Amino acid sequence: MTANGRGALRKHTIIALVEDRPGVLNRLASKWRQRGFNIESLAVGHSETPGLSRMTFVVDANTDAEQVVKQLDKLVDVVDIRDVSHENLVTREMALIKVRCDPGNRGHIIEIVDIFRANIVDVSPDSVIVEVTGDEGKVDAIFELLKDYGVIEMVRTGRVAMVRGGAASHPAPEEEQYERYPGQELW
Amino acid sequence: MEMTGAQMVLESLVREGVEHVFGLPGGANLPLYDTIPQYYPKLRHYLVRHEQAAAHAADAYARVTGKVGVCFATSGPGATNLVTGIANAWMDSVPLVCVTGCVIRPLIGRDGFQEADITGITIPITKHNYLVLDIEDIPRVMREAFYIANTGRPGPVLVDIPRDLQQEKGEFVWPEKVELRGYRPRIYPDPDEVKKAAEIINESERPVIIAGHGVHISQAYKELLELAEKAHVPVITTLLGISGFPGSHPLYLGMPGMHGMFWNNIAISESDLVVGLGMRFDDRVTGRLRDFAPKARIVHVEIDPAEVGKNVRPAAALQGDARVCLRELNKLVESRERAQWFARLDDLKQQHPSIVFPETDEILPQFAIRKIYEATGGDCYVVTGVGQHQMWAAQYWWYDKPNTFVTSGGLGTMGFEVPAAMGVQAAKPGELVWAICGDGGFQMTLQELATIAEYGWPIKFAIINNGHHGMVRQWQQLFYKGNLVASPLSNPDFVKLAEAFGILGLRASRREEVEPTIQQAMEHKGAVLIDFQVKEDENCYPMVPPGAALQETIDLPDDYNVIAKEKTKAEVRS
Ligand SMILES: Cc1ncc(C[n+]2csc(CCOP(=O)(O)OP(=O)(O)O)c2C)c(N)n1
Ligand SMILES: [Mg+2]
Repeated sequence: MTANGRGALRKHTIIALVEDRPGVLNRLASKWRQRGFNIESLAVGHSETPGLSRMTFVVDANTDAEQVVKQLDKLVDVVDIRDVSHENLVTREMALIKVRCDPGNRGHIIEIVDIFRANIVDVSPDSVIVEVTGDEGKVDAIFELLKDYGVIEMVRTGRVAMVRGGAASHPAPEEEQYERYPGQELW
Repeated sequence: MEMTGAQMVLESLVREGVEHVFGLPGGANLPLYDTIPQYYPKLRHYLVRHEQAAAHAADAYARVTGKVGVCFATSGPGATNLVTGIANAWMDSVPLVCVTGCVIRPLIGRDGFQEADITGITIPITKHNYLVLDIEDIPRVMREAFYIANTGRPGPVLVDIPRDLQQEKGEFVWPEKVELRGYRPRIYPDPDEVKKAAEIINESERPVIIAGHGVHISQAYKELLELAEKAHVPVITTLLGISGFPGSHPLYLGMPGMHGMFWNNIAISESDLVVGLGMRFDDRVTGRLRDFAPKARIVHVEIDPAEVGKNVRPAAALQGDARVCLRELNKLVESRERAQWFARLDDLKQQHPSIVFPETDEILPQFAIRKIYEATGGDCYVVTGVGQHQMWAAQYWWYDKPNTFVTSGGLGTMGFEVPAAMGVQAAKPGELVWAICGDGGFQMTLQELATIAEYGWPIKFAIINNGHHGMVRQWQQLFYKGNLVASPLSNPDFVKLAEAFGILGLRASRREEVEPTIQQAMEHKGAVLIDFQVKEDENCYPMVPPGAALQETIDLPDDYNVIAKEKTKAEVRS
């Protein structure tokens, strides 16, 4: 399996650092919708900096990722955005899967859970909830195996990604690169 | 300093150098209106009759001054009436700050009377927008709004302020500078790209420059002229680029695209280099994109990174302010004779003279516009609506004064002409303003004649009255088998209408009446409306059919043989 998970070569993984303000998601979604960018998954949460959220989203192969990045970068609330598809990445997704089971086959399910280094986080007489973390390929694989027992419900977080190594995914911009327009005094 | 929210808004406007505001009051912005007299005469408010007009007037004001245009509207219907005007400014990259009243904070999200989610509604058509919920935020938000509106690629910004906030008191603290970590427009191009671009230009045998609105926005007039003359490259201007390069300059080729000059569309198709300058390769310019400039390399000078590579792939991209980019580029370009290329262009102009019309008894729309040009010597602002008359005003006029052509390009908003003329006249009180209007479009915003009469703006309106939505009729004739559905118009008596508003109304229905009527209008001190009863079925050529390539431009009919451009500007004046 590649670091990006199955099929990752064809999809684009984009990481954005955005202001943590009401309505930000609306602004991003508005661009996605208007320009016909097809978003396959989206994960948002706080970043290491207070007031900023980091989001990872995946766009399908037919979408012009360069336009996605450039159009979203124009939003004032988007502080930084990068297409990291071609970088060396760690990608993860978490899923909770509720599976039907009975005392007779619970052992089999536990075996599968162990192989995938997943966890059982809830047990009831006729079901268990499995928590699994990994790239999409791993989540897909365990889901396929558990399907035979009867999956009642599944929820996935969508992909989160981080570039490997010591560099930050969003290096601070070089200031001199961003000279201010000479104010309101026009030319 | 302690102030009310309303005072904070107006104080911010004054600090941003705003002198004129267009708007209309209502429940949710009454505190703001209540406060306006305190700021008179530093701030002058013009009452429009419909909020769309406030947005268009502010838009045109911004286009001709380079300053941010400002308009006010109340919540709900007032704010939604602005939407067309905001979209128009958005499409044409015009800096606007729209201040709307919002229902009081406890009612937000509860469908209170006249609540409309205007920040939600305008997300796709603003550069940014704000709903202010805290009194102390007002100065910062206003400062940011102006900064965002008029830096980088300009555009509209909307600020929505609840009525209770306008009344509340707080401490006014004007921020020293704007701190927006997510907004840093780039002005200076990459030097490597500049070098690459200069090499491509210097190597080229058959180059053209296509200059757009960016020339006006960055005021790169001198720099464009220098580039053209120094590198010896002919200049085409898009609809919004018109008057960015002297109209009677020997290197000037006019407009390209759907109703552009025939020679331009062929020249672009044969060129080996297109320098796109502050323009975005819009479909009205390129025709069928796949066949656009098939032999050319592209140099794109553009401030918006998202436009670079959106429609065409440039060989060199100068991402930055057009004026700054040209200053760098001009240092490196060299002159070349390109005798063959200029001979070819002359040939094309001879074979396909696009500015021609036939002799007729009736008034041809082009003829009327051409006569206004002669009467004014081109020394005025021209504002247009959208349709055939707009294209003729772009074609049959040679703009030798920078930034004197004001038109709705990207959105193509009929009804722009009347309020836009107000914005221009308010910004340029001593200047002559001619509004070339469609009989259809004029009726979309004609209520503003009341505003014009009220403020005594001496605007000259030329209604090109062809009794039709002419451009629609043209498409129906050409592409819908002449099935004229909803294009014929049954019009009011425009002369009586003008009189009802207290404006001089004149009519010209025969060819020989055209010149004296224009003369009479010019001599009249106040506003004038001329009803030009023109030939009804005249169509606008050259034309690239929708979806066709520039190479497939339809030329003018054969019997069009009177050349309109026989006089230079100097001759017209004398
Ligand atoms: C607000 C708006 N509605 C509809 C259109 C579509 N449209 C484009 S041109 C045109 C006809 C314009 O008629 P008129 O103002 O008389 O100008 P003409 O073409 O006759 O010169 C119409 C309806 C538009 N551009 N804007
Ligand atoms: Mg008409």
